Amino acid sequence: MDFNFTDEQNMLRDTVAKFVQNQYDWDSRRAIVKSAAGWRPDLWKVMAEELGILGAPFSEDLGGLGGGPVDNMIVMEEFGKGLVVEPYLGTVVLAGGFLKHGGGAQSAELIGSIIGGEATFAFAYAEPQGRYNLADLTTTAKADGAGFVLNGRKAVVVGAPWASHLIVTARTSGGQRDAKGVTVFVVPADAAGITRRDYPTVDGLRASEIQFDNVKLGAESVIGTVDNGLPLVERVTDEAIAALGAEAVGAMRTAHAMTIDYARQRKQFGVPISSFQVLQHRMVDMFMHVEQSVSMTYMATLKLDESDEERKKAVSAAKVQIGKACKFVGQSAIQIHGGMGMTDELAVGHYFKRCTMIEGLFGSVDHHLRRYETLSLGEAA
Amino acid sequence: MNLDFSAEDNAFRAEVRNFIETQYPQALRAVQEEGEEMRKEDFLAWHRILANKGWVAPAWPTEYGGPGWTSVQRYIWSEECARADTIPILPFGINMVGPVIYTFGTPEQKAKFLPGTLSGDIWWCQGYSEPGAGSDLANLKTKAERDGDFYIVNGQKTWTTLAQHADWGFFLVRTDPTAKIQEGISFLLIDMKSPGVTVRPIITLGGEHEVNEVWLENVRVPVENRIFHENKGWTCAKFLLAHERTGIAGVARSKRGIDRIKSMARTESEDGTPLIRDSFFKRKIAELEIDLTSLEYTELRTLASESAGKGPGPESSLLKIKGTEIQQRITELALEAAGHYGMPFFRGFPEDGANLPIGPDAAHRTAPTYFNMRKTSIYGGSNEIQRNIISKMVLGL
Repeated sequence: MDFNFTDEQNMLRDTVAKFVQNQYDWDSRRAIVKSAAGWRPDLWKVMAEELGILGAPFSEDLGGLGGGPVDNMIVMEEFGKGLVVEPYLGTVVLAGGFLKHGGGAQSAELIGSIIGGEATFAFAYAEPQGRYNLADLTTTAKADGAGFVLNGRKAVVVGAPWASHLIVTARTSGGQRDAKGVTVFVVPADAAGITRRDYPTVDGLRASEIQFDNVKLGAESVIGTVDNGLPLVERVTDEAIAALGAEAVGAMRTAHAMTIDYARQRKQFGVPISSFQVLQHRMVDMFMHVEQSVSMTYMATLKLDESDEERKKAVSAAKVQIGKACKFVGQSAIQIHGGMGMTDELAVGHYFKRCTMIEGLFGSVDHHLRRYETLSLGEAA
Repeated sequence: MNLDFSAEDNAFRAEVRNFIETQYPQALRAVQEEGEEMRKEDFLAWHRILANKGWVAPAWPTEYGGPGWTSVQRYIWSEECARADTIPILPFGINMVGPVIYTFGTPEQKAKFLPGTLSGDIWWCQGYSEPGAGSDLANLKTKAERDGDFYIVNGQKTWTTLAQHADWGFFLVRTDPTAKIQEGISFLLIDMKSPGVTVRPIITLGGEHEVNEVWLENVRVPVENRIFHENKGWTCAKFLLAHERTGIAGVARSKRGIDRIKSMARTESEDGTPLIRDSFFKRKIAELEIDLTSLEYTELRTLASESAGKGPGPESSLLKIKGTEIQQRITELALEAAGHYGMPFFRGFPEDGANLPIGPDAAHRTAPTYFNMRKTSIYGGSNEIQRNIISKMVLGL
């Protein structure tokens, strides 16, 4: 039983922490979110070339640092502390996960492009009708010679406005919600037949509604095997959930620290409000939520390579804890900041907003309770 | 004991329901549905219709223009307004400064300010909170120094709701810096067009411009704009705060909020099961409805003692605490029901763009509303302060 990090992992954390401190301070982040593009491709290049972190979870013979999920966890936590918007989750964790585990004709080349900072990815899986069911798909990919023709509509594709490539889940056979018949594709974002409607999200990111009209895909677009994509999708989204847990930990730690700082400085009735026991206990409760979120993130990250069932149970348990913590820590941070917590001007509100979105990403607390319950207690009634 | 409304009350309910149905402006409905920020005239549209009918100030004595309703009738009125999703009448004039003026003001002050307050011609803002005076309101520092027939006012107010539209403001100012803090405060009415008054927007978490900073730099205010005695303004403030807290339970509006969640839950499905039939989600709705019922009957008991002549007491803090917690819970469930479409934020982007909502109508404001409503446990006396009030004033601890 070992919860220590290696020297390389500690160095990785230091590298990312320094980057966030020096090049991604709060004013920089605010300016990025307000800008027309909404992100900094030049900083992405810094991450690739100067920091070398985009290769963190990839094997050395593909040009990576030889790490895995724990390294993603470290990067995501440090990014969470600075509310970094650049698409590490979509590119390195999600696309990287699909390419690593699914293989496919282009995977080595695309992984190389990820590590080099040339390619960014967005994961287009959700649809207007499907809620959190990954298999609920009306987007279809009909066989067309050796390739496919893609038609359909994807909802709230985070990072799509910045992406050079999309990872798309589509149905190659079966009924709308069948487990069998799901296939994963990699699609260039500028392929003919793709229409996007870009917009900002409440937590400072950008997303799109994407329409696919007869988009032609070659056989090399397939990741994993045709019709058998769902287990791969479930595995990679579980990896993303673990990474999001880490981002949430970073964001919650920061919101918590800001709250303690504020409470110490803010004087009412002649004393700092941090001297009020009710608020002290609340800040203690925040601390407990954060610590348990750290524990559950470690647990889920370390179980990502277990059997499907063990992994799903672990990840759902973690998402339930993270979701509850995000709500409690976020709400408490605002409450203790009082009126100031309600302003757009202060950073704490933005941490609250990101934590709120993480609550629902890849499944709400209820969704994961249900998945956990099914696995742990047998079929849900 | 009985829970029935009288035949007269039921007839009253039918009358007011019909009035709202026939008189509420359709144009206003459209603005509300759009969910964008309302303009000054939108806010005033319903006010003016009610003022015309004599119904805009249900709690005012008839001698000042009130309709002479019983407390049960006022309760029925607020239920019917909420049921019809009418926009709330702004409280600053009708519920706050108006009662202060008719209770503590001179005949001249009443004549000068009450008609405009009633008609909507005077839009009021509340100059109370300061950067250093939130929960500790008595710690306010804005000072008013006497100069002949004027006060010269200097200071900064914050969190001033809708001051960007205000014609006048009622301000708590320090007129005696040497007195014990609550004893040196005066209640001043200030014309927002006075030289030296600057209003600056504060943007809040959902992107709204609802509140402001109000900077006062050598503002000359006639002494005749002071309500009640110099240095006795805290008496007016306490009176006003007690009135601010009743009506804050918001039961009828929360019932509508739960209706809207149920409506979303009928259309949002996962795996072919609408959320309204999902065992986890429907349980949460049931628990919320029960919580709201507890609040409703507690409010009715408060109403009954008010009818018997008792004024609003510290128990109203319970109504504020539970009322706001339920309001917040409603916004949580609505955001949850929205699923993925709780994430897009299309306000003002692109600046020259169509600004059409992304996803279902019911979903697109769930996140900004959830963020905005975190204010309810903070404003009007934070829920922590409200618990202190109950602890001290009700439990004697």
